[in-house]
Amino acid sequence: MSSGIRRLYGITALFDNPEKLLNAARAVVKEGYKDYDSYSPYPIHGLDAAMKLKRSYIGVVTLVAGLTGATLLVIFAWWTNSVDYPLVIGGKPLFAWPSYVPLTFEMTVLFGAVSTVTALLAVWLGLPRNSHPLHETEFMKKVADDGFGIAIESKDKKFDEKQTKEFLENLGAEKVELVYYEARELTLGETVLDPKFITAIVVVALLSSAATYLGLNQMLLIRPWSSLNVQAKVLPETKSAFYPDGFAMRPPVKGTVARGQMPYRYANDLAGAEKYMQNPLLPTKHVMEVGKRDFNTYCSPCHGYFADADSRLQGQFPVPPSLHIDSLVTAPDGLYYEVITNGYQGVMPSYARQIPRDERWAIIWYIRALQQAQNPGEVAEAK
Amino acid sequence: MSTQQVSLDKLRKLPGSYARLGWTLLVVGAVLTILSFALNPKHASFGLIMTLTFVATVGIGGLFWVGVEYVSSAVWSTALRRPFEFIAGVIPFLVILALPLLFRMRTVFEWTHASYFKDDPSMLVKAPYLNIPFFIIRTIAVLLIWWLYYHIIIRNSNLQDTSKDQGLTRKNIRTSAGFLVVFALTLTIFSVDWLMSLTPSWFSTIFAVYVFAGAVLSSMALGTLIIVLLNEKDRFPVKLTPDHYYNLGAFLFAFVIFWAYIGFSQFLLQWYGNLREETAYWIPRIHGSWAVLSIILALGEFLIPFFLLVTKPAKMDPKRLVFVSIWLLVAHALDIYWMVMPVYNSANAVFGITEIAFMALSIGIILTVFAYKARGSNMVPIGDPKLQRGLEFHL
Repeated sequence: MSSGIRRLYGITALFDNPEKLLNAARAVVKEGYKDYDSYSPYPIHGLDAAMKLKRSYIGVVTLVAGLTGATLLVIFAWWTNSVDYPLVIGGKPLFAWPSYVPLTFEMTVLFGAVSTVTALLAVWLGLPRNSHPLHETEFMKKVADDGFGIAIESKDKKFDEKQTKEFLENLGAEKVELVYYEARELTLGETVLDPKFITAIVVVALLSSAATYLGLNQMLLIRPWSSLNVQAKVLPETKSAFYPDGFAMRPPVKGTVARGQMPYRYANDLAGAEKYMQNPLLPTKHVMEVGKRDFNTYCSPCHGYFADADSRLQGQFPVPPSLHIDSLVTAPDGLYYEVITNGYQGVMPSYARQIPRDERWAIIWYIRALQQAQNPGEVAEAK
Repeated sequence: MSTQQVSLDKLRKLPGSYARLGWTLLVVGAVLTILSFALNPKHASFGLIMTLTFVATVGIGGLFWVGVEYVSSAVWSTALRRPFEFIAGVIPFLVILALPLLFRMRTVFEWTHASYFKDDPSMLVKAPYLNIPFFIIRTIAVLLIWWLYYHIIIRNSNLQDTSKDQGLTRKNIRTSAGFLVVFALTLTIFSVDWLMSLTPSWFSTIFAVYVFAGAVLSSMALGTLIIVLLNEKDRFPVKLTPDHYYNLGAFLFAFVIFWAYIGFSQFLLQWYGNLREETAYWIPRIHGSWAVLSIILALGEFLIPFFLLVTKPAKMDPKRLVFVSIWLLVAHALDIYWMVMPVYNSANAVFGITEIAFMALSIGIILTVFAYKARGSNMVPIGDPKLQRGLEFHL
């Protein structure tokens, strides 16, 4: 142990106002010192010039890190959104670059800022050291509050313990002190790579991760915070021991009708439709209007506006029979419904997709009205 | 600290080349403008809108900087205030540019046609605002308010040169504080009226901020250009240091970023929303030759000047500052061209005699007025109590 030998870090000088510090900095430069620094609680205009500071290279670190952050984000966004899991969002192209700009900016700033601070710490402390000889000195406490100081390091070529001390005292310093390394700073014994320090970091990381996980993913789900996550129900697509087929999900009961759907049991069964179906609507004014509108839209191109089979399509499609022939005038409603729904012998197509169920019945009312107008008294009585 | 002497023989003497260049450009620009009106009146009307916008943004931007200097009680820029006052000198002449346009509104503004609101009833809500009488009232009012503030602030500033009365600074601080508020409102009205209503169905709540960014950036660029040129040729009455240059460069740098930030925000939200009423402005600008121009604009007014100014030595380098200032003024002209001309021809970027007239006339007016004002009052505010401290400014 070299307990008796103390190594000198440098000499500090405190001044009571910024003007004196400026003059001192000029004098120190003039004297030819290189390894020194000025300390003040706030930025002083003109100090950079007085110290003849050269351009800092920290900016290069910021630039490189910022560009790295930007590049990584662009690659990440491109890979996730365009390659690995292509997903169209808002009808935009897969690589929608404008939407990545804000994130790219954020990542540039994040990488730039964090690496700048890291680089500053590295330069100031000399990472992996985690302490600086000036820490915990009276000098540092003063310049962080209301003092203005200069510290000249012993590694400077011009440094001489006696001469430098005298020189600083002559500059009008209030207080000139010698600062020694502490033993642990000399031996590199206590660095950021110190096992204890690393362990502490790991423990803190584990604790905070665990606290986050438990707090957000577990505790929030515990009753009474959440009483909704435990329910007497089976979840979809799970197993069940209760049913012989092992599925928790059950097929619908036979005969179940889905909401908004009406089963039609006479599909392609013209005889059945004729025999059993009848118009469920009443011929109100509204129904007649809907029927007229739909008839004119869908039926009239071939059947004609008055169901006279005067097709407007000039023979491009087969011309249907007039709806005023006897067999059709007396035909039951079911025939019309079945033909609209499923078409007729491959000549008339199905209109089930275009015309909803109720509107088909409305059309039938309108056809009846047209027939009534031309064949009074002959329209089928039995519906 | 040695006190700097103000060189009295340079106080009112701008090199004659400024006035000569100004008058030449002004005459050439005016002749070309008249010629373009004879050849293609519609194109020329749009060209005159560009000229009005360029001169107005640079001029009112100059007055903005003067106002900010007073309100913030900035010390470092005291010696640099006058050039910005001279730039603002174009404000009283704006009405000459606006007047011919007020008689030609039907050529450029779609909403002036009676059929416009009839064809698109959804636009009817805008009818109480977009009508010719109210438009003229607004334009006259805005120009009048600007002229009034210009007159008061500059008169007080000039009075101080002889009276050395510190009360005038206090007066101007109060006036400027009011001006900055009024400036925000009036510039909004100006940009909504003359630029946004060119595409009447379109709206962007950030549009006036975008115009503001361009105005502040371009006037700072022009101020920097003239100040650095004069100081480097030793024609400025006081000696400015690289530290002054640094601040000018930092302002340019900051507003280059601000312009890009606002411009991109405006684009991003409307591009993302993709709503019919918001995309009317963008569709012509992101297709065909206008798309190329949009990219050139993004590079020219943001990316290239950003990297030209990013380092500290670059902001102090007079050659770099002169180059970037000219670059930014051209970029601002391009920005205005990009805002106005797609309305005239949405298919293709057009370049002709009108565009040359626009550049020549705009720069001509500003330079001529600058030279005229510089002869009429001192190049530095010799009566300002902050002047000496401002000259001793260090970073």
